Amino acid sequence: MSEIGKFEHALRARRESGGKILVPYITGGLGDDWIETLHAVAAAGADGIEIGIPFSDPVMDGPTIQEANDRALSSGATPQSILAAVRESDIEIPLAVMTYYNIAFRAGDTRFATDLADAGISACILPDLPLEETGSWTDAADAAGIETILLAAPTAPDERLPRICERSRGFVYGVGLLGITGVRSSLATSAMDIATRLKAVTDKPVLVGVGVGTPEQAVEVSTVADGVVVGSAIVNRMLSNAGPEGVGELVAEFRAALDAG
Amino acid sequence: MLSEGTLPSEDAQSPIMGDPGASGRFGQFGGQFVPETLVPACQELEKAFRSAWADQEFRSELSTLLADYAGRPSPVTECHRLSEELGYRVLLKREDLNHTGSHKINNVMGQALLAKRMGKTRLIAETGAGQHGVATATAAALFGMECRVYMGEVDIERQKLNVFRMNLLGADVVPAMSGSRTLKDAVNEAMRDWVAKVEDSYYCLGSAMGPHPYPWMVRTFHEVIGIEAREQCARLLDGGVPDVVTACVGGGSNAIGIFSGFADTDAELVGVEPAGGAAVGRKVPGVVHGSKSYLMQDEVGQVLEAESISAGLDYPGVGPEHAHLADIGRARYESVTDDEVVEGFQLLARTEGIIPALECAHALAWMSRERESLAGKTVLMNLSGRGDKDVAQMMDVLGR
Ligand SMILES: Cc1ncc(COP(=O)(O)O)c(C=O)c1O
Repeated sequence: MSEIGKFEHALRARRESGGKILVPYITGGLGDDWIETLHAVAAAGADGIEIGIPFSDPVMDGPTIQEANDRALSSGATPQSILAAVRESDIEIPLAVMTYYNIAFRAGDTRFATDLADAGISACILPDLPLEETGSWTDAADAAGIETILLAAPTAPDERLPRICERSRGFVYGVGLLGITGVRSSLATSAMDIATRLKAVTDKPVLVGVGVGTPEQAVEVSTVADGVVVGSAIVNRMLSNAGPEGVGELVAEFRAALDAG
Repeated sequence: MLSEGTLPSEDAQSPIMGDPGASGRFGQFGGQFVPETLVPACQELEKAFRSAWADQEFRSELSTLLADYAGRPSPVTECHRLSEELGYRVLLKREDLNHTGSHKINNVMGQALLAKRMGKTRLIAETGAGQHGVATATAAALFGMECRVYMGEVDIERQKLNVFRMNLLGADVVPAMSGSRTLKDAVNEAMRDWVAKVEDSYYCLGSAMGPHPYPWMVRTFHEVIGIEAREQCARLLDGGVPDVVTACVGGGSNAIGIFSGFADTDAELVGVEPAGGAAVGRKVPGVVHGSKSYLMQDEVGQVLEAESISAGLDYPGVGPEHAHLADIGRARYESVTDDEVVEGFQLLARTEGIIPALECAHALAWMSRERESLAGKTVLMNLSGRGDKDVAQMMDVLGR
């Protein structure tokens, strides 16, 4: 077994204190004030933050994150500009990057993993890099001390889940529904199912994301899961120009709801 | 006339175009780079395809469909006037004469039959020129399945005729509005649909690209082109093979189909890409739409928008087996400009009375440009589709 990294350490600490874990997602490079938003999200009680590095062809993402991607890209955001801004930001809670594999592949696995570490990033999620294809990336990430968070989907047969959990670092990302990112009116039953199935096979923190869009849904799924990843709901706020304060307020609502249980 | 023997079989495959194994690798290319949700679906598909292909009943049902419904075998036409004009002998493999007007039907009949065998009730497809969409809509009508086709908004405009055909066939055509609003974006939308509806839906991918097993499965369903052409050429060439075998390359399905029949000979294999979509030509490896291959992208890995007069080739990537064939030097890849394509399009119409699809007009454009270096040779070109769908666009281009 590997050592526990910074991301997983923070999440375990929250869980051990009896709390539920909250990891918001924000799109890197979206708006001039996105670093302030990062600070506001941290201050509002996030346990860790996922920073999206926009990719031209985000096949796992719905309209909200696609639009955020497009806006960030057309305002000139690049992996380098985003990582440079993060490096300067002095955020204390652990950070993860979420992007698509071609961004890492183009830079070179080792170079990308090192760049993340240099920017103070702890973990990385590559949604189009499933278990069977992780080899060259995880070698590089492990060497650079980057925790690779793997996704586990409702479609996985039982025998697959322990293998995913074994290789995942940071936490295990349970995909809450069959589909792409986006806010839904109610929590899918598959969200509870995947949380239950994952909790049965791993001691690592289990977070459910994709389709967790309201504080109520976060509380509901966290009765089984250790916590949630909230993406599109937060990014919607960013897109509607709520500013760092507006985004921080939403994160605080999730925090309060999870704390109240 | 189509017997069991004219369908691809394992022993007909040459070793360099063999089974890519469970990891779906062609040298360093290929693989299964898909969201976790789709991994079990891809694995199940590979298993289903392997078992279907080993099942004589499936094979004979497919070969009957290809013969009695799609009109196979397609002929090889000796082009006397074009040969005279170009200064070398030209043979055309006539995939334009298939039902629905292109090679796409070979793959679709195979996949639709497989979908039925797997108990799926809904087909999803992406389409560029609309030929794959029309073929999929056709199969859905034939088998009584539901069908949704994603098509870039730009392509919907330039291939209106095919949109109308798909609607007539009962398919639901959904515009892809993101990015370049062409084939690449249609693939993104189709994959998003598949992620959400993976339990009842079958993704009928239209080229030799995407995650394993698609590149290999789509090639296998198109091997019929190469197998027939090999026999037909042997008859015309006294048992010999052509000096050059050429085809246009978008994702690469028609090219891989005809190449497969000649990979174990010393025929030169030449794929022709549009200058604005020359993924192999630029030789930069990348990962998108499920596989590692050559990919047009910027220096940080954002995928570039291709630019081509032909909707079917307007794609920044290429199937992984082509990347491998280029890598090992078994095939080479050339590119032509839109202007050259417009000339190639008219050349075939004028000399042979055949209006080609703009996609395969790329191969004609290369053949015309290279007339000196090809002098005295015999060239087999895969005429992948007919040009009816392009006539309205060409009326604009030619200012008539
Ligand atoms: C007639 C024709 N040829 C070729 C293509 C390109 O596809 P591929 O490279 O897979 O053969 C298309 C795609 O729409 C087509 O319609």
